[in-house]
Amino acid sequence: MSDRVAITGDIELPDEHVDEATEDRVASLWGDAWRALIRKPIFVISALLILIMMVMAVFPGLFTSKDPRSCPLSEALQTPSAEHWFGTDVQGCDYYARTIYGARVSITIGLIVTTFALTIALVGGSISGYYGGIVDTLIARVTDMWFAIPTILGGIVILALFQNRGVAQVSLVLIVLGWPTMLRLVRSSVISVKETEYVDSARALGATDFRIITRHILPNSLAPVIVYATITVGVVIAAEAALSFLNVGLQLPAISWGLMISTAQNRILTSPHLLFFPGAVLSITVFSFILMGDALRDALDPKLR
Amino acid sequence: MTQVPLQTRDLVAGKPAVPGAPLLSVENIHVEFRLDFGTVKAVNGLTYHVNERETVAILGESGSGKSVSAQAVMGIIDSPPGFVTDGSVKFRGVELLTMAEKERRQVRGERIAMIFQDALTALNPVFTVGWQIGEMFREHHGSTKKEGLDAAVELMDRVKIPLARDRVNSYPHEFSGGMRQRVMIAMALALDPDVLIADEPTTALDVTVQAQIMQLLSDLQEETGMGLILITHDLGVVAEVADRVVVMYAGDSVEKGEISDVYHNPAHPYTMGLMDSMPRHDVQKDRLNPIKGSPPDLMAIPAGCAFNPRCPYAQDICRVEKPHLHELGEAGRVSACHFVEEVRDARNRSGSRL
Repeated sequence: MSDRVAITGDIELPDEHVDEATEDRVASLWGDAWRALIRKPIFVISALLILIMMVMAVFPGLFTSKDPRSCPLSEALQTPSAEHWFGTDVQGCDYYARTIYGARVSITIGLIVTTFALTIALVGGSISGYYGGIVDTLIARVTDMWFAIPTILGGIVILALFQNRGVAQVSLVLIVLGWPTMLRLVRSSVISVKETEYVDSARALGATDFRIITRHILPNSLAPVIVYATITVGVVIAAEAALSFLNVGLQLPAISWGLMISTAQNRILTSPHLLFFPGAVLSITVFSFILMGDALRDALDPKLR
Repeated sequence: MTQVPLQTRDLVAGKPAVPGAPLLSVENIHVEFRLDFGTVKAVNGLTYHVNERETVAILGESGSGKSVSAQAVMGIIDSPPGFVTDGSVKFRGVELLTMAEKERRQVRGERIAMIFQDALTALNPVFTVGWQIGEMFREHHGSTKKEGLDAAVELMDRVKIPLARDRVNSYPHEFSGGMRQRVMIAMALALDPDVLIADEPTTALDVTVQAQIMQLLSDLQEETGMGLILITHDLGVVAEVADRVVVMYAGDSVEKGEISDVYHNPAHPYTMGLMDSMPRHDVQKDRLNPIKGSPPDLMAIPAGCAFNPRCPYAQDICRVEKPHLHELGEAGRVSACHFVEEVRDARNRSGSRL
């Protein structure tokens, strides 16, 4: 067949070229994004900082040998020194150790809330966006109404109902208040992907709705959602701190950055280090997640690359 | 790949096929889109059928309802806003329109498959082509990943993609347009369908590649005996491969017949207009005659014959009464024009075409 020869012509390459082509094969959306990311200083820095915070959360013992709960009152309110890097608080606890141990609660809440809110958003958003019609109207309107509740105000009202407020209660409230934005994002993303020809094509070739959503729509609508979720981790950590500061978040004896800032507020003028250290670590963490979200957005959007 | 002869597939989603029925028959189908600003009547009474080993071309300009009618046959019209309001689609005599979605899905892909105009947008950008072809086997036959990939390589060989084994893990954007269309065809052929609907399969390709793809489709048809429905606005493509042609205007068929009859002796003013507006190497002519006016607004289709505002032969009756398809005496030849004989005579006298 003459046309076969013509087609093979421009693709049949010497062997070494074929090998090269095989290596090039990682050129998928995520492969490209990854290669764009590791070249970005912003991503590398934010990823490193997040990694350090994660390790701090899982293995605080690696960073300090002091016990954050051993608090000799005789050493109260010391300024930073070689003995106590971040000084000591009003109880005489080592402030550096407390800051390190505080990472666990903050990061745990950030990840739990984002994971659950993202799950709700993915399920609700795909159903709403894919099926449209009355289901969509229902889900979208409920979301809009929920969306209208201000997170902090809603958090104060709901958390005030709990007698004991731990990580679980605070996370629950932030999940309940946090999913609407993400759901709206998933929904609009799903709607735009739903119109594409490959979805029609998958349907024409007999794919089930479940398969179309999980294999064709979600992987293609995930990019903006992942970016937003990354930023959300930071926002949630800040929200936890805000709630704790307002005395409706975590309660002592829990160790969290928000609680430390909250306790420090009475002594801002006399012992500013009590506010500075947890505040700085909190800001760096939130900042890292937001930077990472930005870097991801640039990498996943071919138009911005 | 083992070929199951078409004759043994006498069950359609569990229902017995009607012996002697055409492979696929579409009767008087109506599709409308109910939008906020009005109802768009995209398909208005289209009727046609296709048999095994036969190629039927559905010919019409943009907006004539070609693609929508194909989507209606597949059952993939987005609803709402699209609704099939009337008509029947029978596969081997079994009605598809009233079938439950679950049964309908067994027909899609396995018995009737479809390929789309632009294979780049019709392939999922985030998965490899091997994964996407293999998905057909995983979805319908419950194959493992490995089996799916092997089958994909075999199919890619069959649609003549060179170095299939090496290319199976490539992504769609790494292929040229022609190769992507081959991948699409491989996916459509994966389950050995009885009918393949090709919706403008060559429109997005350049001319030399168009010929290769049409050749491939016709070779594959020879091999499998499937019925091929070719949707196109390209009169040249139709002339080369189709056995019969259905000319569509404003969502309805205006003329049907054997390809050479329709080309050499059109029996509807619209078909004549199409023929006159096409450059041909077999007829010496100084300039082309386009059809005057533009296709009708599908929200306000003219009363009577939908073509009347553009028709040089239109009479009063054309503005009032919608002409029905009637036989012309020639085999399988029908036309929906009140004045077939007069129009043909006038055309022959003026000697505008053969």
